[in-house]
Amino acid sequence: MTHRHFFINFVQNNLFMKILVCISTVPDTTSKINFVNQNQAFDTQGVTFIINPNDEFGLTRAIWFQQKEGADVTVVTVGDSSCEPILRKCLAIGADRAIRIDATPMDGFYVASQLSELAKKETYDLIITGRESIDYNGGMVGGILATFLGLPYLANCNGLQKDGTTFNLEREMDGGKELLKASFPIVIGAQKGLVEEKDLIIPNMRGIMQARQKPLEVVPAVNLEAGSSIESFEKPPAKGPVKLVDSSNIDGLIDLLQNEAKVL
Amino acid sequence: MSVIVYIETQDQEIKKSSLEVASYGRAIADAQETSLVAVTFGLENGSALKQYGVDTIINVPTEGEQYFNADRYSTTLAKIADNEGAKLLIISSSANGRYLGPIVATKFQSTYFSNVIGLPLSYDPLTVKRSCFTNKAFNQSTSQKARVVISLSSNSFGIIEKDGKGDLKTAEYAASTCDLRVESVEKSSNKVSIADAEIVISGGRGLKGPENWHLIEDLATVLGAATACSKPVSDMGWRPHSEHVGQTGKPVASNLYIAIGVSGAIQHLAGINSSKVKVVINNDPEAPFFKAADYGIVGDAFEVVPELISKLKVLKGA
Repeated sequence: MTHRHFFINFVQNNLFMKILVCISTVPDTTSKINFVNQNQAFDTQGVTFIINPNDEFGLTRAIWFQQKEGADVTVVTVGDSSCEPILRKCLAIGADRAIRIDATPMDGFYVASQLSELAKKETYDLIITGRESIDYNGGMVGGILATFLGLPYLANCNGLQKDGTTFNLEREMDGGKELLKASFPIVIGAQKGLVEEKDLIIPNMRGIMQARQKPLEVVPAVNLEAGSSIESFEKPPAKGPVKLVDSSNIDGLIDLLQNEAKVL
Repeated sequence: MSVIVYIETQDQEIKKSSLEVASYGRAIADAQETSLVAVTFGLENGSALKQYGVDTIINVPTEGEQYFNADRYSTTLAKIADNEGAKLLIISSSANGRYLGPIVATKFQSTYFSNVIGLPLSYDPLTVKRSCFTNKAFNQSTSQKARVVISLSSNSFGIIEKDGKGDLKTAEYAASTCDLRVESVEKSSNKVSIADAEIVISGGRGLKGPENWHLIEDLATVLGAATACSKPVSDMGWRPHSEHVGQTGKPVASNLYIAIGVSGAIQHLAGINSSKVKVVINNDPEAPFFKAADYGIVGDAFEVVPELISKLKVLKGA
């Protein structure tokens, strides 16, 4: 292969794919969910924060492209300085740089608007969001962001392969899966399947040391309005104890399901 | 300013979750003294929607395109909603509904509320109750915008029959704005999908191996239920990932959820919290699932389940 051919090949295969991974900081799954200020705010006392699991599946896939094909991976979050340990963790996992948009995430629309303003300034080939966060479960940031940017969006994305400047994608749907194709760039809602749990990267000491040297840029928020506000939170009423039926009394269970719960 | 509902179909059949959306839309249209408009894509005959309170049924011919297309559907829906002067567009919480929601909401220049679990608490401004923290809490959210797209949680309102006018119309299918193409669809072999199921039967590690899954499948067949599994089971490859329910798997909002040999890890419970009635069968009385369940049997699944299947067969006359 001549030098020139190599160069053309290099560009056509877009070896330096640029990936933006949008990260949300969420309470650990085992956290106690409580509210303060007359039920108007989530009680963060004693709560450990983690990378939103769906975002972490997406980040891990991005790092795979970085390690195999030299992709460049930027992570971004919208939040105050308390989110920085999570961004450092993303850097320790392998992201090349981190950006924190300095704002309180008001709602999904607001977060997507802020991300869109940032993403417009660069040309990303792939933008990854989680299919939903495990705290507010809105499932909207990816779809709104893509629409603002005029890009296609694929929700519930559980398969992503690169083929030149085209992506082969999979979407999990009700009762099956869809196989799709798209050219660069695209926004996806990442979920398990993009990588498996065993593929998740636990940062090692070297990664943690390197993360300290990597750039973490803080950028001011753009002045915009949120689409909605949360007036109050409440917890579901306490559930009564389980009704135990003896294992020899299957008729008893059927009777309860039929006549008490009325679900059979 | 009619209320718009997006109706999903599969093989020319209207999905149950969409009948719920129509019923919910009717209740809102009544509260606002306006009409209810349903939009279908590629549905040859949508007149059945009249029985669920729909006044105008707009079908959009999809020019032979056989797959769901979030881009074209969202542009079409936003345009119809705009033409109708609507402020509210309601969709289901199916995988396609939740895919479409944020996109159509942006194109319709509206607020998007997902996980809505009941009728609006007020209309001006619009306030709704939504589940959050994977069903461990609820919040009341108020829109700052006059236009809102609501994604209704399944089984949260119910299906109500009521006569509508049932006028039939058609509308034009919007052009594609992006390059994302469905190449093919692989349907899973399961007869009932987890999202559409009234009853879900789920198996865990307590079943000891994939060779014992006939217990889950037979029970599901008797009850017309979908089959599901816990995360370890899909991680070990006993069952496909598409059956994994829980925080990182599929959410379940069925009327009845029967967990067999599932210990009830917090991540699993997070995914099934919104099921109405939960039953656990497990030989370990200390399994955390017993704290989350409504009914339970402490016993050996290999003895309890076959007996349950044979008794239900008699009951169902199968």
